[in-house]
Amino acid sequence: MSKISKSNKLQSDEQIIAGIQSGSSIALDAIYELYYPSIAHMIYQNNGSEDEAKDIFQEAVIVLYDKISKGNFELSSKLKTYLYSICRRLWLKQLNRAGFGSVDIRGYEDSLPDNDDIEQHQELDKKFDQMEHAMSLLGEPCKTILHDFYIQNRSMQDICEKFGYTNTDNAKTQKYKCLQRLKKLFFTQ
Amino acid sequence: MMSQQEFFELADRYLRDEMVKEERSSFESFCAENPSFSAQLTQHREFLNNLKETQARVDFKQQLAQTAKGYHQSHHQAQVIPMKQTKIVSLWAKLKASSLVAAAVAVVAVFSTLWISGYYKNIDKANTDYSALKRDMNNVKKDVNEHNAALKSINNKSTKANEASASQFGATGFMVSNNGYVVTNYHVVSGADSIYLQNNKGESYKAQVIHSDAANDLAILLIEDVNFKRGKALPYTFKTGASDLGEDIYTIGFPRDEAVYGQGYLSSATGYAGDTIAYQISIPVNPGNSGGPVMDTKGNVIGIISGKQRGIDGAAFAIKTKSILKALDEIPADSLQGQVKLNKKNMLSGLSRTEQIKRLQDYIYMVKVY
Repeated sequence: MSKISKSNKLQSDEQIIAGIQSGSSIALDAIYELYYPSIAHMIYQNNGSEDEAKDIFQEAVIVLYDKISKGNFELSSKLKTYLYSICRRLWLKQLNRAGFGSVDIRGYEDSLPDNDDIEQHQELDKKFDQMEHAMSLLGEPCKTILHDFYIQNRSMQDICEKFGYTNTDNAKTQKYKCLQRLKKLFFTQ
Repeated sequence: MMSQQEFFELADRYLRDEMVKEERSSFESFCAENPSFSAQLTQHREFLNNLKETQARVDFKQQLAQTAKGYHQSHHQAQVIPMKQTKIVSLWAKLKASSLVAAAVAVVAVFSTLWISGYYKNIDKANTDYSALKRDMNNVKKDVNEHNAALKSINNKSTKANEASASQFGATGFMVSNNGYVVTNYHVVSGADSIYLQNNKGESYKAQVIHSDAANDLAILLIEDVNFKRGKALPYTFKTGASDLGEDIYTIGFPRDEAVYGQGYLSSATGYAGDTIAYQISIPVNPGNSGGPVMDTKGNVIGIISGKQRGIDGAAFAIKTKSILKALDEIPADSLQGQVKLNKKNMLSGLSRTEQIKRLQDYIYMVKVY
């Protein structure tokens, strides 16, 4: 994996962001290669373990993903600085939660002033968690039918054949029932 | 009126953009007419968007987790290599102290060996242009003589030549009292295993160093040989007073196996580098002359030849008699075997040079150091 990322190294921040938008794994490799070590170092320096560093970094990348997938994301600084300050704040939060009181994080990298990226991220997290939870409660074949139809945009014809329904109407009925169940699960949470 | 299922079917087709133009506009107008359905459409659209986003996010998270796993694995593997290095580092940490000790021991061993073997002394000597005049018996000329002597001795079956062949250094010494005390230079006898004194008749006596004075480069030997017979009183006396520049002087020494006479004059009241215990004399001297007496015309010993300066013609040095007498005084009474009685009566003063030399020769020895 490291070989691939080396041969296709993404250098500029714009390339990486574009890569994340298009779901490129190379972009993620690049993010880890370029930014993980210094952030992990910052967390080690501040009472963090290796696993905690991994989690924080992963969450920060999701924050970045949320920002990017919301559209019109523009970097006001280097991507490194952005990720670093997100991680710094996430780790600070975790430390405070763990009852370290008001602590400050020693670090040697530039950090951005606080913004509401993390709060937004947490709201989104909540919302997506709800849907995720509802989807996880949905059993087969509903899950696959809905996934195939709504996410993959497959035709009812395909779904009908795949699941062996005698005609598309039956399949449509099944799909409708499945959607209703999901909605019920989602809204009654 | 259409059923809920029919409506959502249409809504799905509408949202997926599967409707033809007329159908689309009729569905839109239907929604406009029925606000409840319109609200349902909006909600449905939002819900589906949420669903899609969630799914995309889940996919992304999975991808991220996979990337993270891959990265940390390769990163962990990369960390294994430095861990191997830390083994070496820890090995170094363990052995550092011992290796430092070993290095220190090695340094001490090297320099102490050099010191013990006299390397620095040699350097010191090599750095000065003063050269002591003891004769190295191992030179080529000597070897040739030795060979000749050996060839002779095969017939004569004499052991003397064999003894001589083993000697390391040769020099000169002379008697200070007739009961067996002989003076020579310290540099001649330093490090000696055994010392033999050979007179002009070829008789060899074993001698012991009973006093050495490294500072003045003097050594007092005592003949300890049963064959040694106390001779007549010394014909010469010791002059302790200062001698004058230009005074006519001579010496007899053993730069080779025969006694060699050398004549010259006193050229300076001080020795090498202003050394006040010595004279500078102008007598041709060679290795082997060390320890030879420096006589004045009246048959007084005024010094003892010790060395010469390299690179300067005719600059030889003789330690003043005063130092010899001082050295004799310094001999602890315990190590004396019989009093050192200095001769007061000069029997040479009126004699011609050749007569003087004849008388002298019996009291001058070749010092052979083994």
